[in-house]
Amino acid sequence: MSFDEKLYENCPLDAEGNQLVLKADHLCIQFGGLKAVDDLNLSIKKGELYGLIGPNGAGKTTAFNILTGVYKPTSGRFFLCGKDLTGKAPLEINRSGIARTFQNIRLFNNLTVLENVMVGLGNQIECSMLQSMLRLPRHFKTESEFRRRAMELLEVFGLAEFADYLAQNLPYGKQRKLEIARAMATNPTLLLLDEPAAGMNPNETQELMDVISFIRQHFGITILLIEHDMRLVAGICERLTVLNFGTELAKGKTADVLNDPEVIKAYIGE
Amino acid sequence: MSIISTLINGLSMGAVYALIALGYTMVYGIAKMLNFAHGDVIMVGSYVLFVFTMKSIKNPFLAILLAILFCVILGVLVECIAYRPLRGAPSLAVLITAIGVSFLLQSVAQLIFTVTPKQVTMFQFNSIEFNGLTIKTESIITLVVGMIVMIALTVFVNKSKTGRAMLAVSEDRGAAQLMGINVNRTIVITFAIGSALAAVASVFMLFIAPVTDPTLGAMPGIKAFVAAVLGGIGSIPGAMIGGVILGIVEQFALKYEFLASYSDAIVFAILILVLLVKPSGILGKKRHEKV
Amino acid sequence: MKSKKNFDWKTLLLGNKSYLLVAFITIVTGVLVGVGVITKRTPIITPDLLTQIAYTMIMVVSLNLVVGFLGELSLGHAGFMYIGAYVAGLTLYYTHSLIPFGLLRFLIAMLLGGLAAMLFGFIVGLPALRLRGDYLAIVTLAFGEIVRGVLKNITVGDMIKNPAVGFNIKDLTTSYSKYLFLIAFILVIVTIFCVQNIAKSKHGRAITAIKDNEIAARSMGVNITYYKLIVFAIAAFFAGVAGAIFANYTTVAPAIFDYNYSIEFLVMVVLGGMGSVFGSLISSIIIVFLNVQLRSLLTGNLAGLKNLVYALILIIMMIINASPKFVTLREKMNWSYVKSKLQSKKEKS
Repeated sequence: MSFDEKLYENCPLDAEGNQLVLKADHLCIQFGGLKAVDDLNLSIKKGELYGLIGPNGAGKTTAFNILTGVYKPTSGRFFLCGKDLTGKAPLEINRSGIARTFQNIRLFNNLTVLENVMVGLGNQIECSMLQSMLRLPRHFKTESEFRRRAMELLEVFGLAEFADYLAQNLPYGKQRKLEIARAMATNPTLLLLDEPAAGMNPNETQELMDVISFIRQHFGITILLIEHDMRLVAGICERLTVLNFGTELAKGKTADVLNDPEVIKAYIGE
Repeated sequence: MSIISTLINGLSMGAVYALIALGYTMVYGIAKMLNFAHGDVIMVGSYVLFVFTMKSIKNPFLAILLAILFCVILGVLVECIAYRPLRGAPSLAVLITAIGVSFLLQSVAQLIFTVTPKQVTMFQFNSIEFNGLTIKTESIITLVVGMIVMIALTVFVNKSKTGRAMLAVSEDRGAAQLMGINVNRTIVITFAIGSALAAVASVFMLFIAPVTDPTLGAMPGIKAFVAAVLGGIGSIPGAMIGGVILGIVEQFALKYEFLASYSDAIVFAILILVLLVKPSGILGKKRHEKV
Repeated sequence: MKSKKNFDWKTLLLGNKSYLLVAFITIVTGVLVGVGVITKRTPIITPDLLTQIAYTMIMVVSLNLVVGFLGELSLGHAGFMYIGAYVAGLTLYYTHSLIPFGLLRFLIAMLLGGLAAMLFGFIVGLPALRLRGDYLAIVTLAFGEIVRGVLKNITVGDMIKNPAVGFNIKDLTTSYSKYLFLIAFILVIVTIFCVQNIAKSKHGRAITAIKDNEIAARSMGVNITYYKLIVFAIAAFFAGVAGAIFANYTTVAPAIFDYNYSIEFLVMVVLGGMGSVFGSLISSIIIVFLNVQLRSLLTGNLAGLKNLVYALILIIMMIINASPKFVTLREKMNWSYVKSKLQSKKEKS
């Protein structure tokens, strides 16, 4: 969790000399005869908040599933800070620095809020099975380290007071926040948020926007976000790609894209 | 020549496995659960046959009808009482319940009929001599009836309204429900058909060895599950192919003395091998988990 | 999660009812056998019964690691026990003249039995990586049957002349057989120690995460392959240890370690509560005790009664514990719910 410049030194550069954290070239995936994602290209700059929008069934979540290794793309490649992650397993992709949240919340319901975050920290704090099983000193040292860092994150997200609640007992909006906190715990370079505001009321959405802005500043992280809530998209995303039936309909600066007649047509109809 | 008679034995054994495997595969496809107690329905059927051919009415044809009826009622009851409350529960819970039902049927049979094997002779068959080749009549009957039943089932599932409802529920239960299909009713019908097939299989099991005991169904049940997996679970033609392959392999293994005592181990080794190499089986579809 | 920032061994060992229970049994029965109150001919409690309870506890607690914590169903746990018993038996038989100390022999045999079972646990864990739930259960069942199917055909020198009948090496254990149950209970404590320590650690959290939501766990960097394999291997190791105790105490025959025996352990896991070590211990005591006491009663055809009870335990416990229809009932029966209700009442008044 630092502005470690070394991390970004292999990033490819775009025309203006910006470092590209995520670069996806011609990603395609086909299920049977259906092209769920067809020729998706993304260039996301370091520290950017990029939006991926589009009507239902446009292939947004499928794109996320490719980027996190749940699906292997039929063709095309993608790179995180210059490192080719195409077709890698979810575990390796996560360890390389991509973390995500899920459209339908997937928390570990039988763990507490604190423990959910601690699971995310697992890849950074080493303690072998034998050390834990025999309760060697290393176990106790790492456990307090786990606790300290998890509490730090929960405080950032305003969840500290719920640390000992079971995740399933949190109210909906807080569950969504916890998912983000858990993803942040894996110390990602790129955070993928799948409809973080789905089902939230305007107050909760506002609160979420504040949290997203805060973690961008605090952790210097790059974010790719799927969202339907146009107020949120217009409010925080810098650039957008619009997907429709798996293909790119438009891309560019948020304001330009949202005023594009093609995009309006796809969303509202003729 | 003995190879041909082994082959025919294998085919008829395979037809029995296929009948049982169909019950597994249909329930798995539609209710998304492994009905561990399916094999024990065969055992129940065999005891019904025992009671009505050896004790009371003594008419084998009527006994077969009653066995089918009894098994269908049993299958439906089990689904409504034990499995339906667990719809939507973790699959681990459903599986443990199914194991419980299997134990329940076996122990009730043991309490009523004791563990002593019971003789059930329904028909007297003569063997057919053909070019110096001896073929058991019951093998031929098993094969022919098994094929008729399977063809009828395939036609039913693909052509009838209920059959198509079953296909729809197996594809997507939620969507099927929204299209006005009564999911619970469809699942009950699936259990009824599976149990009826198990009852038919119990008749054939008694052709092969005319005795029954409370564990009659356990091993053939598990082997038939292996057949269903081999063919690709959820696939009806897959269950048939898997059953036939398993039947033939097993009969050939039994033929050679050094393999005979390992025949069960061989069947299970096939299962593990298939699951490791191609978990979706010969005809099964690979499913993507929705994220 | 209780906040225990400063750790001390006293709370770890004494603040835990599982240890207290087993330690209590060990000390009391140890003393009673020592002074001769409990002997082979005592009614109700005998050293043999205690040994049975002990190895059953190890089996059930280790199976609970797979079923309760990891959430995968293993129907071949008796198969691992068989391997442990077999290898330990062979070791004891062939080291008898080489190693003079009975206890040392036992420890070596136990370790080898555990490791052999662990190896097979690892192999059985491999399909667990690609298969989910139902399929895996059948694979473990198949594994148990293969072990039996193979071992029932193999003769071993002078030791196993008739493999279907098995072997008995009780005569070689006379130097410690009187206190076998004590060794067994100490091994129970070791098992509880290991299983609970795994459960309450980084690794336990990862395992629960896998059970709760495998896809999310994978996306959060949890190494699913590693955890599934290691959980299967550890559970198998302890099953092998239980098998080693078994081999010291009675005849090891293929007919014993069948699928029904595996289910018996599953019944105890379910009865005690999935994921509850203490529950596993209690249910082991109850079921083994009843089994032994009712053995003379439940012979022949009445033996079906035992399985009937097992069947009802499985079905009823599962429907009550897992059916979506009983969610509110479960919440009301949950102790922490009751406690929180009481607390909120107190705060109001």
